[in-house]
Amino acid sequence: MLALAGCADGGGEAAGNGTFDYLAPNENAIIRDAMTFLSENECKAENEAMPLEIETLPQADVNQRLVLLASQNQLPTTFIAPTAELRPGGQLGEDDITVDLEATLTELGVYDNILPAAAAAVKNVYGGRMVSMPYQFNIEGFFYNKAMFEELGLEEPQTWDEFLDVADALEGSGVDALTLPGSQSWIILRYVGNSIFRELGPDALEKVASGDAKLTDPEYVDAIERIADLQGYFGEGTSTMDMQTSTSQLLTGKAGMMYNGTWMLADINNAELNPLGPDAFGFMPFPAVEGGKGDINQYPANTGAATAFSAPLYNEGVGDWLTCISENYGSSVMNEQGVISGFKLNQPVDEVPPLTGEIQDIMAEATDTVTWFEVPFQPRAAAAAGENAVPLITGSMTAQEWAQVVQDAVDAEL
Amino acid sequence: MKSVLSDRKTILLLLIPALLFYTAVRLVPVFWSFGLSFFEGDLRGFDFVGADNFVKLFNDKELGQALLMSGKYAFIVTIGQVVLGYLLALFYIFVLRKSSAFIRAIIFFPTVLPTVAIALLFKRFFEVAPQTGPVNAILNGFGLPSIDWLGQADSAFIVIVIMELWSSMGFFAILLYAGLIDIPEELIESARLDGATGFQLVKSIVLPLSLPVLLSALIFSFNATIKVFDSIYALTLGGPGTSTQPLTLYMYKTTFSFQDYGYGSTLALLLTVICLVVTLAIFGSARRDRTKA
Repeated sequence: MLALAGCADGGGEAAGNGTFDYLAPNENAIIRDAMTFLSENECKAENEAMPLEIETLPQADVNQRLVLLASQNQLPTTFIAPTAELRPGGQLGEDDITVDLEATLTELGVYDNILPAAAAAVKNVYGGRMVSMPYQFNIEGFFYNKAMFEELGLEEPQTWDEFLDVADALEGSGVDALTLPGSQSWIILRYVGNSIFRELGPDALEKVASGDAKLTDPEYVDAIERIADLQGYFGEGTSTMDMQTSTSQLLTGKAGMMYNGTWMLADINNAELNPLGPDAFGFMPFPAVEGGKGDINQYPANTGAATAFSAPLYNEGVGDWLTCISENYGSSVMNEQGVISGFKLNQPVDEVPPLTGEIQDIMAEATDTVTWFEVPFQPRAAAAAGENAVPLITGSMTAQEWAQVVQDAVDAEL
Repeated sequence: MKSVLSDRKTILLLLIPALLFYTAVRLVPVFWSFGLSFFEGDLRGFDFVGADNFVKLFNDKELGQALLMSGKYAFIVTIGQVVLGYLLALFYIFVLRKSSAFIRAIIFFPTVLPTVAIALLFKRFFEVAPQTGPVNAILNGFGLPSIDWLGQADSAFIVIVIMELWSSMGFFAILLYAGLIDIPEELIESARLDGATGFQLVKSIVLPLSLPVLLSALIFSFNATIKVFDSIYALTLGGPGTSTQPLTLYMYKTTFSFQDYGYGSTLALLLTVICLVVTLAIFGSARRDRTKA
């Protein structure tokens, strides 16, 4: 049945027949719109030689579909891919299946179009291989309401203790200190992951995944506890709140701070969604922990959903496309959609809003990034962490209990 | 005609196409799935692991939790559906009588609504933020604080049960109404003449005579509720944590999210066995009851 469904689909049927097939996620139109724009403008010649054909699939089906296509040797030219499978040991993690983009782009002479921090972020996530194009480049931290901070005489907190003081001051002024969309468990896991990275260093979770440490070790539990203790600072309804509502809590001045990625700039720069205007918000890193092994400047970074290239289908035409994308994608997507990517801006771009400019500067200067909680783990451990994230911040589960449940799932897959 | 149907060859010839079709679409997948229970792997390939998956069943904490949730849900909702459906059916027959058609249609209506739409509706009913939903608004009206219904395990379970009863009681009311309407009017009339009224009438006449349809409703309800998936998937996704995760959702997650087809098939087999055992148990007790009667 599954095999029939896979065969019936056009996912792989065009493979190798002279078209530039791109299998994209339904939920994110940014990349496919940018690719379509390039195919009609800067990459017109490449598109004539090898026409772009886009097919989409729901993000939730990526795991299953890609594994199926790979098992049938039917991967398209370029495709969204599950993170775990692209890492070494995964089904798509070998050079004969997916293109090593560092080597290929260097050979094509266009590798220096990729921002060093973006390349570092890709390699961090995919186990040292540059296997995904950095079509989006996001760092994460806290967006905050500048006016509230000024009114209360607050500075950007540098340490966790200062962060709690700021949160107390905001709560005291009658707003929610933090807003958090609990329906998106990954955000809660970002808090947990960052707390662990700041306390125990960027490799702390890799150690757990490899069996050298346990989440139930006291130092890990302490770091998790720090997040569990935040429950009084989130507003009402956090556990089921969706992203849109939470964003709106920040943008309409009902909450003081929100943890999110820089993709949120699209909302901040949108006058309809942000009545306070783009200048009203600042961005600051997740605070350091006093005496911790991590550094406040190690921003959690990602390059969006992985987009890899098929090694068997790589040819001169694909190389031409890669060259054109590397040279033009950055400025094109910034001009057309205001999106920050991991590519250099080679063409002049229109004036960027102040916060976007500030974040671009941080990205250009950053050299060291960290990943996120789920990255080193197999699907079961990642699912156990996500499913139990809400109980952790509502107090239904203690830090120790949470650590135990996730550690059990890690152990089951070791 | 009689001579045609008494010929075994003819019977076989007539039955074979339907039997082949049934075998292909029902039995082959069941046996296929049973076979998969002895393997481990995903679409890349499978390894034979013998009875490992069955041994795993006994050491799986999450399975224990899911079984408990499925059992608790099936028990409460089955009783709720049948009791509410029966009360409604009695209401249609003895109170509304001939004019019950409109009310029957209104109460039946949620049955035809898509589950996802109902789940969204109930999410709004029990919402706490950013808008206060009607349920919390009523609580606030009495000076009580809002409850984050879907954020806590116990209250989320209550919401699931209320939603399921609301959406299905109309169906069971119709099912049981069809059974009750078959009870001869004269029998009820004569019982009335003998002085039976209200509760006594229901207990001595209506209930015994509607027992077969009640048992069918029980089997129907239990088999549907033990396999609940879509409503919980849409309302809580098994959360918070895994507190409202039934066996079906765990099976789905194991098979499709973790791509562990072998263990997923073992869980499916367990579900099939549970359904079979409970159905046989209910049938068995029904047969005993009838011989007594």
